[in-house]
Amino acid sequence: MATSTSKSYYWKGFRDGTPFVFVAVPFGTLFGVFATEAGLNIVQTMAFTSTVFAGAAQFAALQLLQDGTPTAIILISALAVNLRMAMYSASLTPYLGAAPLWQRAFAAYLTVDQSYACSIVQFEKEPGMTVAQRMAYFVGSVTPITPLWILATYLGAVLGTRIPESWALDFALPITFLAMIGPMMRTPAHVVAALVAIIVSLLCAGVPYNLGLLIAGCAGMIAGAQAEVILDRRKALS
Amino acid sequence: MTAPDPITIWTIIAGLAIGSYGLRFVFIGLIGDRPMPPWLLRHLRYTAAAILPALIAPLVVWPTATGGQPDLPRMSAAVVALSVGLITRNVLAAIFAGAGTLYGMLYLLG
Repeated sequence: MATSTSKSYYWKGFRDGTPFVFVAVPFGTLFGVFATEAGLNIVQTMAFTSTVFAGAAQFAALQLLQDGTPTAIILISALAVNLRMAMYSASLTPYLGAAPLWQRAFAAYLTVDQSYACSIVQFEKEPGMTVAQRMAYFVGSVTPITPLWILATYLGAVLGTRIPESWALDFALPITFLAMIGPMMRTPAHVVAALVAIIVSLLCAGVPYNLGLLIAGCAGMIAGAQAEVILDRRKALS
Repeated sequence: MTAPDPITIWTIIAGLAIGSYGLRFVFIGLIGDRPMPPWLLRHLRYTAAAILPALIAPLVVWPTATGGQPDLPRMSAAVVALSVGLITRNVLAAIFAGAGTLYGMLYLLG
């Protein structure tokens, strides 16, 4: 029984993760094309995309490599872009922390924006899920993306030619993430967190090494948590 | 442009692979099911709601494709994708509405 419900949660995760194929495929392709243009060979490009497995950080590293940035700065900046993964890891821990270590080690590799965004919404919506069901859902949510991301990178690297700029693929990522934000705004505190994060990130645009993103993220989290405390207190009084 | 030397590339790949995995593993792997304090959990609830908008806002206001110039098609697509997501709570509908707006505006203004 437990396995059959885990299985149905796996497929639910699979369905919820499927829309992100529309991001993973163009972006994987684009990464393959950019990496080839930056002078990486196919083996290097594929090793990069399958071990780092984080689009934004990969693009950031390529950009800096082309600008002739020192290796240490490239590593620090790209890892700063990925610092949000540590926040995702922390945020998932209350839900998945009781799973066996090998499963958690596997889940860590699969922690990306999409699997996190799908899973956290699902886990909050259904607090009664078992740890096995949550893990099944989490793995399901990245199953459609991972193989296609790697395959698309390969195609892009082989293709090697520039995709016409008129396709405006640069905007596939912002549109997809914007589409995800709407359903996340479940309470006024979530809206406060988002608004503060947006304002601070725009103000911090000049901060080097992408640290503005981390400053804005922290500011948004603090604002959301404070708003929750204030709203709860007001609710208790009324 | 000269190809970067292989040692530099492999150093970057290895460093990012190990570093990224470490960041992903640090909490879920090391803390496991030990309880975390309520104040920390309260902050973590807003991680996604804060980080994703912070990631996108600069890309919307200063798109890389236009060399950082604010751009009407991209701005409109962003507003449509966000609004449709807020109203319908349907991610896919919001993506298609946003993409439709972007291509429609690029076509009309191009």
